[in-house]
Amino acid sequence: MAKTLAQDFTKGLWDEIPPFRLVLGLCPVLAVTKTVENGIGMGVATTFVLLCSNILVSLLRKVIPSKVRIACFIIIIATFVTVVELVMQAFAYPLFLKLGIFIPLIVVNCIVLGRAEAFASKNNIVRSTLDGLGIGIGFTLSLAALGAVRELLGSGTLTFYETPIQIMGPSFQPFTFLIEAPGAFVALGLMLCLMNLLGKK
Amino acid sequence: MREMILMVVVLTALSSVSGGLLAAIKNNTEERIAYQQLKFVKGPAIRAILEGSANDPITDRFTIKDGDVEHSFFVGVFDGQPNTVAFETSGKGYGGDVGLMVGVNIVDETLVGVGVTTHAETPGVGARAKTDPAFAAQFKGMPFKGEFKVKPDGGQVDALSGATITSRAVSSAVTDAAELYGRLKTQLADQLKTFAK
Repeated sequence: MAKTLAQDFTKGLWDEIPPFRLVLGLCPVLAVTKTVENGIGMGVATTFVLLCSNILVSLLRKVIPSKVRIACFIIIIATFVTVVELVMQAFAYPLFLKLGIFIPLIVVNCIVLGRAEAFASKNNIVRSTLDGLGIGIGFTLSLAALGAVRELLGSGTLTFYETPIQIMGPSFQPFTFLIEAPGAFVALGLMLCLMNLLGKK
Repeated sequence: MREMILMVVVLTALSSVSGGLLAAIKNNTEERIAYQQLKFVKGPAIRAILEGSANDPITDRFTIKDGDVEHSFFVGVFDGQPNTVAFETSGKGYGGDVGLMVGVNIVDETLVGVGVTTHAETPGVGARAKTDPAFAAQFKGMPFKGEFKVKPDGGQVDALSGATITSRAVSSAVTDAAELYGRLKTQLADQLKTFAK
């Protein structure tokens, strides 16, 4: 039992890490990872929603009639997303300005609904909590990694706490293509490719 | 039949709990959000409209009650006279309310500038009301009374191409601002006297 519990958590960090293994929820991945900070902010927001919705869905899984389960999941998810939106506006307004429309769009992030439907509605609360936490942290790590690659090569900096830190030397020519939307696709594709190479044993 | 009732009951209960929770959180964060918006969104808009004023419009502000609603007015001092105020109204846009900061010269009653503050319009389409300086600039110098309408509706405002609804929202916000100004004119003049230097 202990082994499966640990697996519930760790599978989100490598075996099923979104969006590289579980290629879901690409909209925020591509849109907000212009800087590391945005990536982490989005990841943390999604993790919170994922964790809370997984817990609640798991708690209510015997009460919710299966015919209206998707509607119920969406109500639960939308509630937590609005909570995140309000809290972020109150305490991290600059981040909210940057993530903007992508915060309300967490509602339609397939990862959150996917975990509710595929995992939390079938498993007990402890396992669902670990699953939500694992997948959420995995998602945050992926966004941070993608954001770091794009920002480092695209503008030569890494941003933490609103302050960009210059990493590359003065002779570095920023590869601004990576900051643009098409660059996001290319960077994601290359990282997916790398992940697949690493995973192949 | 039993299943159907159960579905209705569960969905209703879930929605009510969710609504209650959100209302509570909204209540508790409202003040802080208003402060943050003032700091990060309205502040820059006010500074842009009242550019070149001798004072800090963010600190030199007062509120006037219009019925039950309290409005904040930001004072701009030009040529030693507190002759300009900025205040916010809103109009219905494509993605909810479009907040608009309106600056008025109270001596000759003309617009000194407008600036979109909070909005949820489509990036690249309606959001140009905020990002395209030419759109806001056309209001500058217009007499501040009567109704503001976009040109397709027979008015004087050039609409943003492809974003007529947003342009209408901005125009109706200016119209509301003019009405509000008309109602509060005397109180406003009294309050402004206290800022004379």
